[in-house]
Amino acid sequence: MKEIMLGNEAVARGAYEAGVKFVSSYPGTPSTEITETIAKYPEVACEWAPNEKVGAEAAIGCSIRGGRAMTCMKHVGMNVCADPLFTVSYSGVNAGLVFCVADDPGMHSSQNEQDSRNYARASKVPMFEPSDSEECKAYTKYAFEFSEKYDTPVIIRLHTRVSHSRSIVTTSDPEPITIKEYIKDSRKYVMMPANAIGKHVVVEDRTRKIIDDSDSDLNVGLHKIEMNDTSLGIITAGASYQYVKDALPNASVLKLGMVWPIPEKTIKEFASKVDRLVIVEELDPFLETEIKALGVACEGKSLFTLLGEYSARLIRSVLSNEALPESSIDTSKLPTAPGRPPVLCAGCPHKGLFLALHRLNVNVTGDIGCYTLGALPPMQAVDTVICMGASVGMAHGFDKATDGEASRNTVGVIGDSTFLHSGITNLMNAVYNGSSMTLIILDNSITGMTGHQQNPSTGKNIRLEAAPAVSLELLCESVGVSKEAIRVVDPVETYECEKIVKEELARDAVSVIIARRPCALIPTGRAVKGINVGVDYEKCKKCGACGRIMCPALIMGKDRMPVVDTETCNNCGLCVNVCKFGALSKGE
Amino acid sequence: MSLEASIVLAGVGGQGTLIAGKLLGILAMKMGLDVKVSEVHGMSQRGGSVITYVKIAPQVHSPIIEEGTADFILSFEQVEAVRWASLLKKGGVMIVNSQQIESLPVLMGQTEYPDNVIDALKDAADPEAKIVEIDALSLALETGTSKAVNIVMLGALSNYLGVDEALWKESIEEAFSAKPKTIPGNLSAFEKGRSNG
Repeated sequence: MKEIMLGNEAVARGAYEAGVKFVSSYPGTPSTEITETIAKYPEVACEWAPNEKVGAEAAIGCSIRGGRAMTCMKHVGMNVCADPLFTVSYSGVNAGLVFCVADDPGMHSSQNEQDSRNYARASKVPMFEPSDSEECKAYTKYAFEFSEKYDTPVIIRLHTRVSHSRSIVTTSDPEPITIKEYIKDSRKYVMMPANAIGKHVVVEDRTRKIIDDSDSDLNVGLHKIEMNDTSLGIITAGASYQYVKDALPNASVLKLGMVWPIPEKTIKEFASKVDRLVIVEELDPFLETEIKALGVACEGKSLFTLLGEYSARLIRSVLSNEALPESSIDTSKLPTAPGRPPVLCAGCPHKGLFLALHRLNVNVTGDIGCYTLGALPPMQAVDTVICMGASVGMAHGFDKATDGEASRNTVGVIGDSTFLHSGITNLMNAVYNGSSMTLIILDNSITGMTGHQQNPSTGKNIRLEAAPAVSLELLCESVGVSKEAIRVVDPVETYECEKIVKEELARDAVSVIIARRPCALIPTGRAVKGINVGVDYEKCKKCGACGRIMCPALIMGKDRMPVVDTETCNNCGLCVNVCKFGALSKGE
Repeated sequence: MSLEASIVLAGVGGQGTLIAGKLLGILAMKMGLDVKVSEVHGMSQRGGSVITYVKIAPQVHSPIIEEGTADFILSFEQVEAVRWASLLKKGGVMIVNSQQIESLPVLMGQTEYPDNVIDALKDAADPEAKIVEIDALSLALETGTSKAVNIVMLGALSNYLGVDEALWKESIEEAFSAKPKTIPGNLSAFEKGRSNG
């Protein structure tokens, strides 16, 4: 049957057709829909893990016990699960094991632009790179078979334009889920020096064999040669292949489906048939370096940028004499289009807490999630964002840099999901090592930015069934934060937030403020439709205080009086709280 | 029936561009053609501008529509038409919903929403290009919901694509098969777009 699917949905379909038993992942754009799609297949065990390392280790356990398993993540998630990745490369697998990683060239929704292909070479794990949804399905399905054949995990590398493009996929019936026998084998699975020394030899032999097999049979269609005009030959993979096909329809192309290890003989033969060889790849000169190491002359990053996404236009401008398409609109004659910066949503209760931090003018070590937007106007309340969990460790680092002095005017800010991902170990460290830092956990009862995934504190699992909920208060207490230093506040009560933050900054010990209110976009956080904030225009003094919270639901009229957009107002009451004249009131 | 079309759907988060893109995907499949629909998720959904590319042809490679290569731009909002205007190719058609959605910097008085956008677009366009204005919001509201703006826009597009009306209707029925109650309203929205676009 033919269906139109997102690349991510097609990866899930491939795993399903391969009889995958278990998928465990942490959400991250652009990878999230893979695991969400798997959750729709009731026969597959599927879960959100608190972080990528946990997800990977659970998948490794399933594979070694005999069930095909997969773990999915965005590129930076691979950093978090790099530890198990490097060593499961040595131990190998029992049932097929697939790591799926989605890169984000152009940084549509990421904090860096790392090229995850480097992980394949560093961990010596074969990496497949599909270029459309059909290949997403086929490569993922094949990855499980390949994993078992060569006793290795396999990485599927995706890319925003592959993950988030829909194209046609041919589906077939799934293989039955089977569980292989588990045989105790400490020489294979216990990676202590005596065993690992032997396994390293196995890994190098395995890589050699994969290269030789790839050259002999082009590894069952993974690599594709399209001979055309031989004056120009291109070696490429993934999304770049699609751009090359549009830009240079006459060029000869070697498309690699496996980007590490590369098929040596195939590449040398292709190179010998073309007059000029160019490697077209986004981000790092990964293939170029590998190909040059084979002694094959080629061009790559001397022509193309290390930055951002490529396009057919870019490739054409470098490698073709054809004129570039021109627009039929002279944009110099158009007015400037006002920007639409991302904003904290209408009714986001956590804006109240950021406004309090803004008024206090404290230093804020921030974290990854919706609340990264707290760095933007009008709050401008976040000083640093590095990675998941760093807010906590960095607030401790501020403390240590100043022998505790900085903790008088510094707070760490983190979300519930991110705190459970990797904040908790940092908090344990801060308490253990005598910090005076203050941490604010913005508990919106969901993993927000990636599109509302459950986590261990929400009381629901990935299929929205009831699940045990971690208590953030008890968790903080259990790592040694004293009971009186754990405060719970409603972030909409922005002045109360300010008071409590001040009190906790003064405390000579670690404190945790839990700002708790559900995301305005989930059922528990959404107001009843039709109940909105009201304006009493008799009382309004046009002071502009409500406008300065920059709520998308509060429009400033031409007379500088607020107008409530009843479609988007969530009746959170933050504007009511900042109005000193009682002109605004919550709907009832 | 064959068709080659690169269609840009530009709008603001929540206007239903993604659903319109999916529907065009279904239409292309019904015609036995290749199709790619590209979207970007994440930050752009937080009140940001949203762009979806749909490419239909016997064989589609890159999912991206670049400068000067769009046969059609469906802009669901005036300013978004300005933002993506450079994508329109020579002789292309741009259908602009006259709806205005003010972004936060405009609401806060930091910048102004431009006046006479449609006239500016017409002035800036080559004679062979076509700029079509449609009040898709009012037409959608006539069917009972502002959510039908996306289907009104597709109705307008249908005048230029040369695809059988029956195939469009089948595609609408399939796209909304999970919510059958919305099908009559969406069919009516399509008709309104088709007769006003």
